[in-house]
Amino acid sequence: MATAIPHTGVHEVHHHETDFWRTYVFSTDHKIIGIQYAVTALFFLFFGFLLMVMMRWQIAHPGQPVPLVGFLLERVLHNAQGASLAPKGIINGDLYNSFGAMHGTIMVFMAIVPLAFAAFGNYVVPLQIGAPDMAFPRVNMASYQAYVLGGLIMFISFFIPDGAAQAGWTSYSPLATSIATNGQTFWLVGMIFLITSSLLGAVNFIATIIQLRAPGMTWMRLPFFVWAQFVTAFLLLLAFPPLEAAGVMQLMDKVAHTSFFLPTGLAVGGQLANVSGGGSPLLWQHLFWFLGHPEVYVLILPAMGIVGEIIANNTRKPLWGYKSLVYSVLTIGFLSFIVWAHHMYLTGMGNRVATFFQTTTMIISIPSVIILTCMFLSLWGGSIRFNTPMLFVMAFLPMFGIGGLTGLPLGFNFSDLHLHDTYYIIAHFHYIVAPGTIFALFAGIYFWFPKITGRMMSEFWGKVHFWSSLIFMNLIFQPMFAQGMAGMLRRMVDGGANYSQAQVPGGLGGLSPHMLDLHRFILYAAILLGLAQIPFIINLFWSINHGVKVNSDNPWQSTTLEWQTPTPPPHGNFAQVPEVHRGPYEYSVPGHSTDFTPQNESEQRIPNPITKPLPA
Amino acid sequence: MSDDHSPEQFSHHVKRYLFVFYALLFGTLITVGASYIPFGHRAINIGVALLIACGKAFLVAGYFMHLVSERKMIYGIMLFTAFFFIGLMFLTIWSVADFPRLPTQH
Amino acid sequence: MDIPYTVQPRPDTGLYNAKVGIWLFLASEVMLFGALFSSYILLRVGAPDGYWPHGWLNVPVGTANTLVLITSSITTVMAWASLKMNQFGRFKFYHACTILFALTFVGIKSYEYHDKFTHYSIKLADGRLADGHLDEKSKDFDLAKKQGKIVIHGHVVNLAAANENLKEELKTIYDPHSAEGKKAKHSKLEFNASEIASMETYGPWHNTYTAIYFTLTGLHALHVIGGAIVISFLWSFGAKMWKTDPERFTNRIEISGLFWHFVDLVWIFLFPVLYLL
Repeated sequence: MATAIPHTGVHEVHHHETDFWRTYVFSTDHKIIGIQYAVTALFFLFFGFLLMVMMRWQIAHPGQPVPLVGFLLERVLHNAQGASLAPKGIINGDLYNSFGAMHGTIMVFMAIVPLAFAAFGNYVVPLQIGAPDMAFPRVNMASYQAYVLGGLIMFISFFIPDGAAQAGWTSYSPLATSIATNGQTFWLVGMIFLITSSLLGAVNFIATIIQLRAPGMTWMRLPFFVWAQFVTAFLLLLAFPPLEAAGVMQLMDKVAHTSFFLPTGLAVGGQLANVSGGGSPLLWQHLFWFLGHPEVYVLILPAMGIVGEIIANNTRKPLWGYKSLVYSVLTIGFLSFIVWAHHMYLTGMGNRVATFFQTTTMIISIPSVIILTCMFLSLWGGSIRFNTPMLFVMAFLPMFGIGGLTGLPLGFNFSDLHLHDTYYIIAHFHYIVAPGTIFALFAGIYFWFPKITGRMMSEFWGKVHFWSSLIFMNLIFQPMFAQGMAGMLRRMVDGGANYSQAQVPGGLGGLSPHMLDLHRFILYAAILLGLAQIPFIINLFWSINHGVKVNSDNPWQSTTLEWQTPTPPPHGNFAQVPEVHRGPYEYSVPGHSTDFTPQNESEQRIPNPITKPLPA
Repeated sequence: MSDDHSPEQFSHHVKRYLFVFYALLFGTLITVGASYIPFGHRAINIGVALLIACGKAFLVAGYFMHLVSERKMIYGIMLFTAFFFIGLMFLTIWSVADFPRLPTQH
Repeated sequence: MDIPYTVQPRPDTGLYNAKVGIWLFLASEVMLFGALFSSYILLRVGAPDGYWPHGWLNVPVGTANTLVLITSSITTVMAWASLKMNQFGRFKFYHACTILFALTFVGIKSYEYHDKFTHYSIKLADGRLADGHLDEKSKDFDLAKKQGKIVIHGHVVNLAAANENLKEELKTIYDPHSAEGKKAKHSKLEFNASEIASMETYGPWHNTYTAIYFTLTGLHALHVIGGAIVISFLWSFGAKMWKTDPERFTNRIEISGLFWHFVDLVWIFLFPVLYLL
């Protein structure tokens, strides 16, 4: 199987004379690959955001043409007969469903995971463990290429006749394969490429962390970010393959007319479907959520890792409860494999099984709370520097808290019965991923930018970006809790107008006009959130060449190894293999001349103020 | 595993591999044979076949893949994997088998 | 730039990088095939009584394939052992055997697949079901246009039969080697296209058993082919490395061998589950 770059001296020379393609496109250097992942993921993040804004506009104005882009949608998107999928610029039900399905798919698989796990992980992890690169650089390149291919297939699926997949990011059978368009086929093939990319990446990360830690870098001296990435990689490694199997089976249902997930007696469009039957729709759900649940931990763990790094650095003290953090993250990883059916409480499962999954779901909230508590406690007594990364990270804590706490009623099946598939769920998971994970990712960008480019991003615009994003994200998702509790269901192009009190006068539980009006409020907040990203995007690109130059390789005065390299780190990262002498967060060590002691700083005799008086 | 044994000691290992090979051949033949024995309940046939398969799997994994002498790290990874695989299989089947029934049904 | 532990093992883990990598990859493969096996169990348990087939696969052929794969496993490990004992010639011989056995396996599998794709299930216009292997199709055979003839070698079943007989009739299709199943008389049957309501082969679409059979064995066969390609590469172009870096080359053979043994392992479970039970 693939092994590393040959270590004979001859090849050393070749590395200096690579052309543009080898250096920037077909690179095997983990730093370049990390940046490639980041750029691609940020593009998809932006695209997924655009889909959402169009959807939210349509929900707030049912039956009306979308301004600005409506005519584009009308021209570009067609069905198999040549008619437009957005006649008169109005997003109809089918197109809305495909936007919704792809928004979820793109955000989860093509934006957040590649950014949080692959981009940050690739750039930072080898540096933080003191390694020259990943264990398998060519496999690393292959995993990025598989990601691009998968992403391209997903992107192109919008423009084929009849458009993209329409059955939700969860792609439940029999609906997914009964819709007579090719979008689902593209989705499945795209997923297979994306899953392959993740699996290759996961193997690389785990092998690298196990094998390439620098001398002295014991397991309990690893930065928390590395632990988080390690567990995330295991989740991807073991949870994705069942979805890959399910994807292959659903693809066979679609193109080979098998009936893995199609029950006997299935009728489509009022007619008995011409399939053998005998399959199980529940089987798809089990295999999907077996990945689906660990997947949400994949979305949050790298973010928690970033939060840990930035908190320690900006409080100038060690993270509180390092051991608890490590054991908690390992426990979360383990437990996440046995909670999945809490996404399936409404499938008619019996009491015993439901109780089992409720119990494991409740138990898994404990290590999550431990991690959040440790982060909070780390702030106590800290000498807090309120720079942009720190602001994002401090906001992460309560935002993730809200997201997590609102998950508790969902973990119990009696309350989930009312809330399942409503806007409450949308609010719950978006709180965790949007002002949760994405805030941590923003923080990471601001934090590691000076290591990558040698310049700082603008603090002023960073703070503008932070405050506006925080406010607007809350304005978008807070109302959704109320809408969900009022019974508004997900995935409805008319925003629930069909279930309104106006539609069913005197009916029980009809949605009030106030609940429907909130759609417009949320739309405005979403547009403003989008505008709030403009200073960030400008800041990001402008600062690459015009940002304030850093005056040292370690501008944040951090203890971890990635800051003990030249800026940017050269190919091979460290001139000499670093030797690690201490833990990752030796900040404010009493008696030390500076308030931080890098992990690889040589051991000196520090005068002990208790036994030996300090020099006068 | 690269430097554990010298070339001379390897012939001892080769004997072991051949022994495992014969055991696997034998295992295959008795699997087929046992499938024709009418135990009454099909479940018993299934049990016997899977038991023999597990035995053969143990031999391949243990000796051909050197798992019996492999490091803890690898053992650990495979043990967790096995646990999650069993979890997937068992919990999925339990979920489908356990559904609310009317009091008159079993 | 030098990545450590590509050949020499890291002291505290005792492993070299690629070995960690391949075992991690195999762990993911366990989950992949595990999900398919779980699906098999679910689909089988969910099938109504009498509708899950037995005896649709040729046991002697399957046994032969099993023995082929087991033998390829021993030749793989012997190939690696030969390199550890510095016997390059023997390595070449054993691995050539491995490749040949792999091709044999795929060949036998293709023969089995072909058998399924020439096995027809014909729903006749009068409601009966004809089932058998294709003898010949007339050149102008076109079901949509209702023209031409088809000849199969098999038997006809009346699924509209009364309850007591239905079970026996079903067994002639779903359990052909059982006592009741064997009662079906096989003969040459000829049908005009006009007599046929619909027909299909025993491909994946036929029922969930063929679906999971083709998916499981198909995915397994892809792994056999993939493994054979890697081993062929190492046997031919890759073998140069024996001269420049013998230890690293030996490790590569070990890694490819681990993958090959895993492929054998999957078959050890596939064979009884699909063929015998």
